[in-house]
Amino acid sequence: MKQLTINHVSRIEGHAKISIHLNDEGRVTSTQLHITQLRGFEKFTEGRPFYEMPGITSRICGICPVSHLLASAKACDAILAVKIPTAAHKLREMLHCAQFVQSHALSFFYLSSPDLLLGMDSDPAKRNVIGVIEKHPELARMGIELRKFGLQIIEGLAQERVHPSWVVPGGVNAPMQPQLRERLLSELPGAVASTQQALNFFKSAIASFQEEIDNFGTAPTMYAGTVDRKGSLQIYDGTLRFRNAEGAVVKEGIAAEEYSDYIGEASLRESYLKAPYYKPIGYPQGIYRVGALARLNVADRCGTPKADAELTEFRQRFGYPAHSSFLFHYARLIEVLYALERIGELLNDPQILNPRVRAIAGVNSLDGIGMIEAPRGVLIHHYKVNEDGGIVWANLIVATGHNNLAIGNSIQQVSEHFIDGTKLQEGMLNRVSAVVRAYDPCFSCSTHASGQIAMKIQLVAPDGTVLDELCSR
Amino acid sequence: MPQTISIRIDGELVSALQGQTILEAAKQAGKYIPTLCYFEGLSAVGACRLCIVEVAGTDKLLPACTTPVQDGMSVTTTSPKLTQYRRIALELLFVERNHVCAVCVSNGHCELQNLATSLGITNMRHWYNYPNLPVDLSHKRFVLDHNRCILCTRCVRVCAEVEGAHVWEITERGISSRLTSGLNQPWGQVTDCTNCGKCVQVCPTGALAEKGWAVEEMVKQNDNISGLAHRKGGQ
Ligand code: SF4
Ligand code: SF4
Ligand code: FES
Repeated sequence: MKQLTINHVSRIEGHAKISIHLNDEGRVTSTQLHITQLRGFEKFTEGRPFYEMPGITSRICGICPVSHLLASAKACDAILAVKIPTAAHKLREMLHCAQFVQSHALSFFYLSSPDLLLGMDSDPAKRNVIGVIEKHPELARMGIELRKFGLQIIEGLAQERVHPSWVVPGGVNAPMQPQLRERLLSELPGAVASTQQALNFFKSAIASFQEEIDNFGTAPTMYAGTVDRKGSLQIYDGTLRFRNAEGAVVKEGIAAEEYSDYIGEASLRESYLKAPYYKPIGYPQGIYRVGALARLNVADRCGTPKADAELTEFRQRFGYPAHSSFLFHYARLIEVLYALERIGELLNDPQILNPRVRAIAGVNSLDGIGMIEAPRGVLIHHYKVNEDGGIVWANLIVATGHNNLAIGNSIQQVSEHFIDGTKLQEGMLNRVSAVVRAYDPCFSCSTHASGQIAMKIQLVAPDGTVLDELCSR
Repeated sequence: MPQTISIRIDGELVSALQGQTILEAAKQAGKYIPTLCYFEGLSAVGACRLCIVEVAGTDKLLPACTTPVQDGMSVTTTSPKLTQYRRIALELLFVERNHVCAVCVSNGHCELQNLATSLGITNMRHWYNYPNLPVDLSHKRFVLDHNRCILCTRCVRVCAEVEGAHVWEITERGISSRLTSGLNQPWGQVTDCTNCGKCVQVCPTGALAEKGWAVEEMVKQNDNISGLAHRKGGQ
C-alpha cells in the first residue's frame, strides 16, 4: 500500500499532518489527519487566579485572541456570578463582530483567495496573496481594507490589536469614546460596500468550482451553532442549537452550563485533538460541523437585512441545510456582512456610550462556563476554582475540535476523488490542503499549540515508501 | 551634624555628608543610578546588585545603596562594564522564575520590566529555570505569586519597619529561597497582617498584587510610603 502524507498544509493556523495511503493501482485507500502538537493550557493554568485566564488563554492564538478572551471572560463572569452591565455586554459583542470581520477577511482574502481566484491548479509559486494582488488588485485591496476595519475597531476599543486586555471578568475596563463611535459610523458604509462587492465577485466565480462544491466534504452531518431567542444568528451570547442533516432542529436552547449534557469528547489515537460529538446520538455517529456554514445552517435567519437577503439567495442556490464544506467560504462572506450590519446596530444603540461597564465581585461560584461562537465555531471555556479563586481544573472545547471528524471525512472524500497516484500532480495535493483550509481550521488553538502556519501532506506507497511530500514552511 | 566631604561622581566634584551611601549622595547631586531592591525610607540590603558602581582604587563593583561615601572617593555610575553586569544581574532574575510579562497584572508598570527595557535586554542568554511555584490566593484582598518574586525583600522591610507587623520573611537558602508569611502559613491565615497593603504597593513586580485585576491593570501606588517611613524614623 502506498501512503501519501501531507505535512504542513499551508495557509492554515497551526500544524497538521495528513497521510494518504494508496493501493497498488494508485487509488486512495485511506486517509488520516494527525495533529501533532500539544501545549496543554489546561495543565499549566492550574493554581493561577481565575481572573488571569482571559489574559492567558487569549495567548493561545494570535489569529482569534478575542474569541478566547471573550469565552474566558464569560466563564469568569459566571465565577463572579454577576450579570455584566448592558453597555459592557454590547461592547463585547461589538468587539466580537469586529473579530469576525478581521478573521473572516484573513481566511478569505489572504488564505483561500489564491485557490479561489487563481485556481487550484495554478502555478504554486504564484498561488499566494501576492499573486492575488497582481491579478485582482481591486479585490485584494478590499480584503486588506476590510481586515483593517475590523482590526481598527478592536484597536479602538481595546487599545491593543492582538491581545486586548480590555475585556475583564465582570465587563470591560473602559467605556467607548464618542469620537471612536463617530469615526466607525462614518467608515462603516464603505466596509459594507466592499463586502457586497466581494460577495458579488465570489458568486460570479463560484460556477467554475462545481467539481469542488460537489466533492469538498459534502457528506451531510448535523450542525451546531448559537442563536438568539428568536432563532436568529447570535455570535456573542446565544444558546446552542443542533440541526440535523435533513434540516430539523434536534435540540435548542442549550445554555453554556448544560454543554456537557450534549457534547461528549472522544480522544483519538492518531491526534492530540479531541473529537467532540453530540452525546444523545453517540460517537462517531454524532458527528457535527461548526463554523460559518454550520451557523448559517443552524440559524433561521441572520437577523440583519442585507445579510438575510444574501442568505436567502444562498439557500436558494445550495439548499437548506447546505452541506458542501466548500461553501464555508461563501458563508464567511455572508457573515462578514452580518457582523458589519450588527456593528452598525450596536453603534447606534443608545446604551453604547454608557460609562457603567464593569461589575466588581469576588468568587461566588466554584464553576464557570463561557460559550461563544468563535469565527471557526462554537468555543467553550469551562473552569473550576477553589474557594480562593485558584484554578483547579480547566477544559477548553475549541471550534476546530468540533470539526475534527468532519475534516477527516472531507479529506478522505477529496483524496478519493482528486488523487490519482499513478500520475500525481501538485494540484491534487493542493485540493487536499484546500479542503482543510475551507474549514479555516486553527490547529494551533485546538491543540493549544503555538500559532504557526504549517502543514505536511505525505503520499505513501503500499510498501511504506514516501512517494511525495507537500510541505509549507 | 555629620561632616561634609567631597567626592567625584562621573568626574564631577560633589559634596556629600559623612555616613551617606553613594546612592544617597548621587541622588542628592541629581545623578541617576538604577536600583531595584532599594526603596527610599526602608533599610538598604544590597540584594539585587543593579546599583553597582565602579570606585577608583578597587576592582570590585560596589552596590551604591549600601556602600558609604568616603572623602575623596571617585565613583563611576555608567560604563560598558557596569551595563554588562547590570544586565547579567537582571537576566538571572528573569530566568530564575517564571516571568511571563504578556499575562502579568504588572505588565507595563513593572520596575523589573522597565529596567530590562532601559538596559536593552531583549532576550535571555541563559536557560530558564521554570520552577514549579505556587500562587497564594488565600488573602481576601491580595495575592502573592511566587513566580514573579525576585526576593528583593522590599515587602519584608516595609512590613517590619513601617507597619510593624512582621508578616514576611525569607525562608530556605540559595535557589530554594522563598518569601513566606507568618510561620509558613497561607497569608490569609496570618492574624498579624493588618491588610494595609503596603507590601503590595512597594513590590516592584507583579509578585504582590491586589486581587481581581486583569493583565496590565495593577499600578502600584507607593509615592507616600517613603514619606511615611521617614516619619517613622527610617533611613
Ligand atoms: S513581574 Fe514584571 S517582569 Fe515579571 S512577569 Fe510581571 S511584568 Fe514581567
Ligand atoms: S514579593 Fe515583591 S516585594 Fe516581596 S520580595 Fe518578592 S518581589 Fe520583592
Ligand atoms: S538597589 Fe542596591 S543592591 Fe538592589
